[in-house]
Amino acid sequence: MANSFDVIILGGGPAGYVGAIRSAQLGMSTALIEKEKLGGVCVNIGCIPTKALLHSAYIASLLREAKEFGVEAGAVKTDYGVAMQRSRKVSDQNSKGVEFLMKKNKVTVVKGAGVLQSGRKVKVGNDVYEAKKAVLIATGSRVKGLPQIGLEINKTTVISSDEALFLDKAPASMAIIGAGAVGMEFANIFHAFGTKVTLIEALPRILPLEDAEASDTLAKSYKKRGIEVIAGAKVKKGTAAKDKVTLEVEASGATQKIEVATVLMAAGRAVNTENIGLAECGVQVTDRGFIKIDQNLQTTAPGYYAIGDVAGPPMLAHKGMREGVTVAELVAGKKPHPIKYDNVPSVTYCHPEVASIGLTEDQCKERKLDYVAGRFPFSANGRARGTGETEGFVKILRDKKYGEIVGAHIVGGHASEIIHELAVARENEYTVEEVELAIHAHPTMSEAVAQAALDSLGRVVDM
Amino acid sequence: MATNVYMEALSPTMEEGRVVKWLKRDGDPVKTGETLAEVETDKAVMDLVARADGVLRQVAAAEGQTVAVGSVVAVIAAPGEAITAAAASAPKPAPAPPSGSAERGAVPSAAVPADATRVKASPLARRIAKEAGVDLKLVAGTGPGGRVTKRDLEARAVAAQPAPQREVPLPAPRSPLVTRGGEPYQDVPLTQIRKTIAKRLATSLGPIPHFFLTTEMDMERASEARDALNKQLGDQGGKVSFNDIIIKATAHALTKHPACNAWFQEDHIRYWHEVHIGMAVAVEDGLITPVIRNAERKPLADIGREAKELAEKARSRRLQPSEYTGSTFSVSNLGMFDIDQFTAVINPPEAGIIAVGSIVQKPVVVDGQLTPRRRMRITMSCDHRVIDGATGAAFLKTLKQMLENPLAMLL
Repeated sequence: MANSFDVIILGGGPAGYVGAIRSAQLGMSTALIEKEKLGGVCVNIGCIPTKALLHSAYIASLLREAKEFGVEAGAVKTDYGVAMQRSRKVSDQNSKGVEFLMKKNKVTVVKGAGVLQSGRKVKVGNDVYEAKKAVLIATGSRVKGLPQIGLEINKTTVISSDEALFLDKAPASMAIIGAGAVGMEFANIFHAFGTKVTLIEALPRILPLEDAEASDTLAKSYKKRGIEVIAGAKVKKGTAAKDKVTLEVEASGATQKIEVATVLMAAGRAVNTENIGLAECGVQVTDRGFIKIDQNLQTTAPGYYAIGDVAGPPMLAHKGMREGVTVAELVAGKKPHPIKYDNVPSVTYCHPEVASIGLTEDQCKERKLDYVAGRFPFSANGRARGTGETEGFVKILRDKKYGEIVGAHIVGGHASEIIHELAVARENEYTVEEVELAIHAHPTMSEAVAQAALDSLGRVVDM
Repeated sequence: MATNVYMEALSPTMEEGRVVKWLKRDGDPVKTGETLAEVETDKAVMDLVARADGVLRQVAAAEGQTVAVGSVVAVIAAPGEAITAAAASAPKPAPAPPSGSAERGAVPSAAVPADATRVKASPLARRIAKEAGVDLKLVAGTGPGGRVTKRDLEARAVAAQPAPQREVPLPAPRSPLVTRGGEPYQDVPLTQIRKTIAKRLATSLGPIPHFFLTTEMDMERASEARDALNKQLGDQGGKVSFNDIIIKATAHALTKHPACNAWFQEDHIRYWHEVHIGMAVAVEDGLITPVIRNAERKPLADIGREAKELAEKARSRRLQPSEYTGSTFSVSNLGMFDIDQFTAVINPPEAGIIAVGSIVQKPVVVDGQLTPRRRMRITMSCDHRVIDGATGAAFLKTLKQMLENPLAMLL
């Protein structure tokens, strides 16, 4: 039967396409259904284009400081439109790359919106596809607005990252609501392109999920370069006019009016669970709207699995990718390595970068863990001094008795790359001693990791 | 295909073993299950048996040599089989650091464990296991390729408590092993059992808050009872000793004072419903504590017979691990050495031990008359984390009543 496959995957984002490749590698006939471009939010309107834009922003800020390094660049002019076009090319290249991977692995790609049906079937238009082994739901998530306070996304003055990524020029002023990873990154990007940015966070500190020291370092860094940061703030009302938005913001007991050209909503995401036939197949959702899954990622309907953002937090591409691999292996009858959800690195690619894994220091205190914090600032690191990236630190939280690395937090240039040493260490249950014993090349930013490990043992060398 | 003969872990805590004697020689035919050699472990002398049929070849460990668990000590090959280099070269004695080695600054360690006993475990799991005294070889790993992880140890900690090992101090006769002519001292290497004693006892008197209670009791009626019983047993063999009576009375008294029949387990105290009496036995070059299980339920004659058997086994180093682990309270008796009174070191995790002195005739005032009576002193060592002064005293009082009037045991 032409429309029969072992595995059918609904959604071609990171969870879906990686799951498709692994299924095909394991010899299962696989179909991937995607209504838009392959690669999903990540490749097209998320991870990838924002990294391209952040690099443009980085170059702009480098050039502004170039004189100090003996390089005259003259007056730096920026053009968001050009940066945006470049980011689109990068996204398209990546999306084509996914298409190529589907061909290479002989995954059948079906273009269209799929709707689940009972009996492990998915309907796309008038065609029905049947899965012999499993249906993987990987429909992902989208940005959400705050219509209840007048901030419905109108795509002109009140926008989401979806629109921000396609602007021809940077607005004169922008309020960003939500200082999680998305809000932090866009604040960084638009500020570098000349926008007057106000960053508003409801919780008491920006990057609320990160360690408090990381939040503090970033708040100082942003304020120093002229980004206004208002944390612990409540946006009481938003009024969108044709070319401006007025916000009423209450913070520290006072209400202020902020008038900006554009508001960027970065306050969380909603999962795509509507109109895909979940209820009809018996797939239940949790109180928070995620698809309910068991420890094998199977939904309440046998044969239907959920992976990626729809399957629950953390809503991160790399978590979804791993779930895709794991489900494919489970369906193929293998016994995959269990996913350690407490060992998923979290990265914000603003400058300086913020990367973390495991518990924050506050969480250690809440859990009454007997821990020791080891710290090392990049201001004491030779490589960082050389490149002028002395902002930030490495902090390692170790269990006092056994030296287990219970958490690690890095703020600094290339933190997103440095964190993986600690991810590998934690995955393999290396203690701070094993991390420190591995010889680190000199001079590197990564030396700060070894020094923080040493500091947690009370014998830091370079400070 | 040749089969390697490994030094096996013959007791739960064994890390190395000394080959006492080869019972089979190079070239001897052997069958699976046959004893190849006697091996001294940290506890006893045990049998190393053949795991394959064939001919014993390439005996690599000499008698008297100590080798790490997992080292290859010989090979069992088919008659006439050419032994491959792989099988024969598996035993790796401490390798000399080669010149140009990629590692420097390390002290060459003992024999590299061969793959038969190599344990896959994460560094964190190793640290936790070391601290908890868990043998990683006994833990089923759920990590990649069966690697033992923290989770596996946590699961195990919930499932079971490891059986403790125990010894009780007793002075032991020692023979000098190495003598240096003319020097004012001699260095005697620690034997396996002495190493274990040192390790175990250092965890007792140091960390455990001991206190001691001494009482003297009249042993006239116990002596009479013993004489009467032995007369009745007559030629049936198996005479009852004072030690047997003391063990029986102690077990009986513990049933009435369960607060003293307990293990201190760091975050909890385990009060035992059964009484297993550890009986300190001096052996050549050390001591060991075989256990008389359920002593509270056994007739005196059985206790006597069992005590004798266990003591003999201990002296000939033939005790099985199951015979010297799991006691709930211990008795140490130095009466036969004319010691009037002494204090014994608690055998953790137990909470108490009694030290029994010799029975001596003393002038005692009974009913206003000075009369010679047989008297004995018992000193109880208590772990104050488990037993308070009054608790220990109440137990000792009951024990004293039972020994002064053995009929009280019938109450």
